[in-house]
Amino acid sequence: MAKEASVKIVRERYKVNGEFSVITPNRPIFNEAKKLCGITNPRTMTYIHSYGGEAPFFEGISKGILRGTRCDNPKCESKGSIYLPFRIFCPDCLKKMKIVDLTKTAQKTAKIHTFMVCERSGAFNTLDKPIKFINIEFDGVCTILMSYLSAGEPEIGMRVAPIFRTKNPTYTITDLSWVPVGTPKSKLPKGFSF
Amino acid sequence: MIKFSKEQLKIPKLMRPVYLVTAGESEFRRAFPEKRTEELCVDALTMAAELIDMSPAELKSYIHTCYYGHFADHFGDQLLGESVIHDRLGLDPLGNVGVKTGGATGGSTLWEAVKTVASGYSDCALALGWERMDEVPTDEGNHLISCAADKDWETPLGHIYTGYYAVMAQRYWKIFGKSEDSFRRTMAEIAVKNHGYACHNPFAQSPMKITVEDVLKSPVVAYPLRALDACLMSVGSACCIVADEKTAFKMCKKPLLVHIAAGSHTLRPADRRDMAIPLLPNESKNQYKDLTKKFPGSERYPGFSGFLAARMAAYYAYRMAGVVDPTTDLDLVELHDAFTISDIQTYEDIGIRPYGEGRDYVESGDCYLTNPHTGKPGKLPANLSGGLIGCMHAVGATGLMQVCEVALHLWNKHKEIHGDPKRWKSFGKTKPKDWKDLQVKGAKRGLAISHAGVGSHVTCTILEDPNHQLKKQRRAK
Ligand SMILES: [Zn+2]
Repeated sequence: MAKEASVKIVRERYKVNGEFSVITPNRPIFNEAKKLCGITNPRTMTYIHSYGGEAPFFEGISKGILRGTRCDNPKCESKGSIYLPFRIFCPDCLKKMKIVDLTKTAQKTAKIHTFMVCERSGAFNTLDKPIKFINIEFDGVCTILMSYLSAGEPEIGMRVAPIFRTKNPTYTITDLSWVPVGTPKSKLPKGFSF
Repeated sequence: MIKFSKEQLKIPKLMRPVYLVTAGESEFRRAFPEKRTEELCVDALTMAAELIDMSPAELKSYIHTCYYGHFADHFGDQLLGESVIHDRLGLDPLGNVGVKTGGATGGSTLWEAVKTVASGYSDCALALGWERMDEVPTDEGNHLISCAADKDWETPLGHIYTGYYAVMAQRYWKIFGKSEDSFRRTMAEIAVKNHGYACHNPFAQSPMKITVEDVLKSPVVAYPLRALDACLMSVGSACCIVADEKTAFKMCKKPLLVHIAAGSHTLRPADRRDMAIPLLPNESKNQYKDLTKKFPGSERYPGFSGFLAARMAAYYAYRMAGVVDPTTDLDLVELHDAFTISDIQTYEDIGIRPYGEGRDYVESGDCYLTNPHTGKPGKLPANLSGGLIGCMHAVGATGLMQVCEVALHLWNKHKEIHGDPKRWKSFGKTKPKDWKDLQVKGAKRGLAISHAGVGSHVTCTILEDPNHQLKKQRRAK
């Protein structure tokens, strides 16, 4: 087995290690009359991606903290608006926003705005199926967060509580999930905690 | 609350009128294992030339700038695929540029071409689009489509775009459809209609004679949406050629005026903020006063149930063309029926019906060529091509196919193009014995909506017979 691709940052540069591209030979495609029509192009590749100014959000959910941002620019007509999804800059005045901890707000007020139970997934999916997509509204937050429900059946208006993959986090948005308020700790998926 | 400035709400103005000279399309299929993309693009451009009795070389000699609509580079695994097609069409050394706006790519491509002619930069421009969605299996295709969502906040959630999109359908279904069986059946009726109209279209990928029950029995994709509620995944190409007045009348006998505008909204529905409903010319200030009383839960606008981008595209385009009421001012429409329910949502966004009452456009029979309740012509037939559900959704080509199909009605050429047995045969098909001419009699004006995914981009195109201009008619009164 080739060594899995990994990246470190040394003196503000990426230092890569392991295999970033896996070479697999291509194969011909013939039609029923055995005439050549095309070829396969296999490609396994690992990308390097920066979270930049959103990194505090993804680090937060790996530690059980839900972070959003707030525009504190006194000159902004949307001053005081709180955003989740976390945005680095205010969409109106483009000033850098203040990071705020919304964990308690979410625990106390999160409610399902809408949802969808999806039987299908695409390649590379890591979530259990069916996926229960939920969109969550919070008191005092002007946007509606997209996430997924890990226990129970979703309903519009249902109160939900955030849970976090704090054990072996993936550092992706999948580390944040939700359960109906009142779900016992024993019913949480592996690796997740309140 | 989000607000718009006066400057942002300015009604777009073209520096000179722009005309659609001709248009073309290839056949559409789920896969073309034995055809390269350029073969389909040549088919579309050749049809456009034939429509105005020109050779492809003659038509090309008029073109001065080229816009290519091709959404997903990673599907075809070819960056700068636009340059490949441009070269294969033999259009060097003309300036060309690729356009990408998700599902609205076709409409946006035309938007660009129209503006380049309106500005005077070019007298004639090509808008040609295609998509190649057969080069990966369906699961991988779903992943690639999900990459059009936010890669950090959405894509890792299942790698399935339907999930990001269908939550909006759910909200509409619950609030405006009130989860009623009757509403569910109305949704199904749209699929029956569009697959049915596709039976008379030789270019179409999915002609089907089905019933409401068939739709309701098809597998659930994401409740309440079922397989037959969804659009197709297609391969194919379509094109439009636009020109200024002088050039257009030189190139063909009956060019059509083009009015076109675009709107946008957050790529992530999650980022939508509340705002007042921008009103269309057929809506009044107090129109939506009791909307929340009638539909509890509809407090937010556009919330997750309306498409602001569609509303804004219509907001601009109606005023450009002088459309006041789409149902009376237009003769047919081609809408972006990605799902049956989003089709209903669009009726409201573009003012065919007020918010909350979209279903009535179907239930009244107005959306049919022949109203099934009265036997008389429908007031505003929709998606006679079969739409995205019955004809195709080859993303970069879709918006252009719609405009081509609307134009064929305005040119009174529905029969000539769709009824020719030779065309059916050239696609390896037999013209059905019960083939019907779906020509909208005396059509003078038509509209096409090109729409991206969760509503990030929408264009609204209005084609108009220059001898029956709404603005002139209103001025004369
Ligand atoms: Zn601000």
